Amino acid sequence: MGLKEWIEKPAAHVAPGEKSLSNVLRGAVARLTTPLLPDDYLHLVNPLWSARELRGRIVSVRQETPDSATIVIRPGWGFDFGYAPGQYIGIGLHIEGRWHWRSYSLTSAPTRDDKVISIAVKAMPEGFLSSHLVGGVPEGTVVRLAAPQGDFVLPDPPPAKILFMTAGSGITPIMSMLRTLDRRAVAREIDLPDVVHIHSAPTAENVMFRSELERFDATHDRFRVHVRHTREKGKFALSELDEVCPDWRERQTWACGPQQMLDDITAYWTTEGIEDRVHLERFAVSRADTSGSGGTITFAKSGKTVTVDGATTILEAGESVGALMPFGCRMGICQTCVVPLEKGHIVDLRSGKEHAEGERVQTCISAAAGDCTLDV
Amino acid sequence: MAITDIRAFSHLTEDDIVALANEFDAIRRDVENSRGPRDARYIHSVIRLQRVLEVAGRCALFGSRRRSRWLIGTAALSLAKIIENMELGHNVMHGQWDWMNDPEIHSTSWEWDQTGPSEHWKRAHNYAHHTYTNIVGMDEDVGFGILRMTRDEKWRPINLLQPFANVVLALTFEWGIALHDLSAKKEAEGVPPAQWNSGPNREFAVKAGRQVVKDLVFFPALTGPAWRSTLSANLTANVIRNIWAYLVIFCGHFPDGAEKFTAEHYENETRGEWYLRQLLGSANISGGRAMDFLTGNLSYQIEHHLFPDLPSNRYPEIAARVRALCGKYDLPYTTGSLARQYWLALRTIHKLAVPDRFLKATSDDAPETSSERKFDRWRPDVPAPATEASTGRHRGLLTALRVHAEHAVAERRRRRGESRRRQRSAAV
Repeated sequence: MGLKEWIEKPAAHVAPGEKSLSNVLRGAVARLTTPLLPDDYLHLVNPLWSARELRGRIVSVRQETPDSATIVIRPGWGFDFGYAPGQYIGIGLHIEGRWHWRSYSLTSAPTRDDKVISIAVKAMPEGFLSSHLVGGVPEGTVVRLAAPQGDFVLPDPPPAKILFMTAGSGITPIMSMLRTLDRRAVAREIDLPDVVHIHSAPTAENVMFRSELERFDATHDRFRVHVRHTREKGKFALSELDEVCPDWRERQTWACGPQQMLDDITAYWTTEGIEDRVHLERFAVSRADTSGSGGTITFAKSGKTVTVDGATTILEAGESVGALMPFGCRMGICQTCVVPLEKGHIVDLRSGKEHAEGERVQTCISAAAGDCTLDV
Repeated sequence: MAITDIRAFSHLTEDDIVALANEFDAIRRDVENSRGPRDARYIHSVIRLQRVLEVAGRCALFGSRRRSRWLIGTAALSLAKIIENMELGHNVMHGQWDWMNDPEIHSTSWEWDQTGPSEHWKRAHNYAHHTYTNIVGMDEDVGFGILRMTRDEKWRPINLLQPFANVVLALTFEWGIALHDLSAKKEAEGVPPAQWNSGPNREFAVKAGRQVVKDLVFFPALTGPAWRSTLSANLTANVIRNIWAYLVIFCGHFPDGAEKFTAEHYENETRGEWYLRQLLGSANISGGRAMDFLTGNLSYQIEHHLFPDLPSNRYPEIAARVRALCGKYDLPYTTGSLARQYWLALRTIHKLAVPDRFLKATSDDAPETSSERKFDRWRPDVPAPATEASTGRHRGLLTALRVHAEHAVAERRRRRGESRRRQRSAAV
C-alpha cells in the first residue's frame, strides 16, 4: 500500500473512486477524528458538506400545475452531474422525525454549469411524500440524495427519429431528454432529431411543462407535440398512431406513464414485431401488497430468489434458499439481521408497520409485502 | 441453582404471565407509534453537544501545560467520551434510532470511541447478552469471564485474586470489553483462538490501533510543547470513562435482586417469561435527570432490558408504566442509588472470591442469586398465586418474598436465642 492510499484509507469508503487531494486531506484528518470522520463535524456547520452520503438543498419550488411542482435542488459534495437524461434519483426528506425515501425522474438536462438539478413531482392522493413536496416543502430544506440511476435513457448521439409517448407525470423523464436535445441543438448549432411527442393529461391545465412544450414546438421545426386532453376526448388509442404519427414503426420510442398504457404499448409493438424499438419506464407508484400474501424475495448479492407467504420471515426465506443472511436473536431485539431493502415493501410482523425501499429492515421479524429485493 | 422455573419463582399463574406479556407488548406499541420529531430533536442535540464538548476539550488541551486548562480540557473530553459511549454509541447500536431511517445515526453504520470494533460488540452485547440475559453459562457478561459473580459458578483458586482483578477491570474497562467481544466474535465465526491473523483479530488490531494512536500519539503531538500534559489528559479521560462505564454496567446487573437463570429455563421460555427474565435480571439506579443522561439512560436498566431497541429518552415514561405493572402483578422492581447498588455488587465480588465452604447462603437463597427453591422450606405458608377480584391486583413474588423474609428473620432470632441459651447453660 502506497503512502497516499494509506493516508486516504480511513475515508476511502466515503467517496470511493474520487481521486483528489480532498480525499487525502480527509483521510489524514480522519485519523485524528476517528472513529468519527471530519464530515461528522463539518456537516454540523453545513449539512451539504457531508460526504458520507449525498446531500442537497432545495433552492426553489415552482408550481407546474395545481397538483404538481418542480423542485430545484443544489447537490452538495460528491454529486456527479454526468448523468444521462431520463435517469432518476433517490431523494430523502426529513418529516416528523423520520427520513422518507422515494425515487423521482430528473427533469433537468445534465450539465455542470448551473450546479443544480431538478425533479418534478405530482401529488398523489395517498402519497405522503409527494404531497409534502408539492404542497409545502420550504426552500432551503436539506435532502438526502442517491446517485442518478436507471437505463431509461436517451443515447448520445440520439437516433434520427424519435417518438415520445407519455401520460400524466410520465412526462418527467422525457422532459430531461427534451431539454437535453434542446440544449445540444443550441450549443452545437445542430438541428433537433425528428421528434414526435404524444402526451395525455386530463385537461389543459393539468399538462405539466405546457408552456415549455409549446416553446419547443414553436422554435424547433422538427419537434411536434400532440397533446390529448383525456377528460374531453378520452384516452389516446394506439390505433390512432397511424394518423398522428404515420411513421411510428420506424421510430425509436420512449414511453412512460401508467401501467396499463405501458402494457398496451408492449402488446401493440410486439404484434408489429418491433418490440426492440420501444423503451419503457414502469412509472407507476409501487405499493405494498397489504393483503399479506407475501411475494417473491430476491437476495441481490447471492442472486437467489424465493417465493413465500406473508407469514414467513425474510430471514427464514433467505436461509431456506441458502442466501448468506446475518442473524441474531430471531425475536427483533438485537439488530444483527438488519439489511437494506432495495426494492419493494416489507411488513414488520410485530407492529404491522410498512417499510419501503431505501430503509434498512430487521429480517427476523419482517415478511414480504409483494415482491421485494434485499441487498444481501 | 439459579432460577430454572420462572413461573414458580414469580408466583404467577400461566394466565397472569400471558396477561403481563400483553401489557408489555402494549407499552412497546404505544412508544413505537408515538416516536416523532421530539425524539429526533433529542438525539440530534445530544450529538451536537457531544461533538462540541469534544472539540472544546481538544482545543483547551492546547494549553494543557496550565493546570486550569488541563482540568477543563480533561473534564470536557471525559464528558464527551462518556456521552459518546453511553447515550450515543450504546443506544444507537441497539437500533434505538433506526426508525428515523437516517444512515448516519443507524445501528449498521455507527462506530464508537472505544478500542473494540462496533461489529464485535454488537455480536457479544446485542445478541448474546440481550438474548440470554443472566443465563449462567450462556450470557458471558455475567462476570465477563473474569469475576465470579454468582455462586452458581464453581469457585476456582484464581477467584482469590478477584478484588484485584476487579480494580484492573474498572480501570481498563474498554479493553476488557474489547477482548471479551473479540473472543465472542471468534467463537461466532468459528475461528480458532490461536490463529493470529484471523479476520476478527485484524479488525480488532486496526480499530484498537487507530484509537490508541489518536489519543496517545496524534493529539499529543498536535499540541506540540504541551504533548506531555495532553497525553496525560487523554489517558485520564479514557480512564474516567472506563470507570464510569464499569460502574453503570455493574450497578445494572450485579446488585442483590438481579437474578440469574439456568439454560434449562431458557429452552421452553414463553414471551411472557422472557419479559419476566429481563425484569427480574436487571437493576436500576435511582437519581435525577443528570444521572439518567450520563448513564445513557441505563439507570433504567430494567426498561432497557425489556425494550432494548426503544429510544432511550423514552425510558423514564416507560419506567412509570413498568413500575405500575410491577405493583399490579406484585413483582419486585430492583432499584437504588448508585452508591447502594455498587456497594451490593462490590460485596458480592469480595464475598465470592473465597470458596463456598466459607459462605453461609446456598445458591438457591443467597443475596446475589436465588431460585424457586428458596421458598421450599416455607411453601405451606406462602399463599398461592391469586387475583383479587375487587381490585384486579395479583398476588405474586413480592408477597412470597415478604413471607420468606419474615420466616428468615424469625429463624435467625430463634437461632440467636438458642445459642445464647446454650452459652448461658455452658457458663452455669
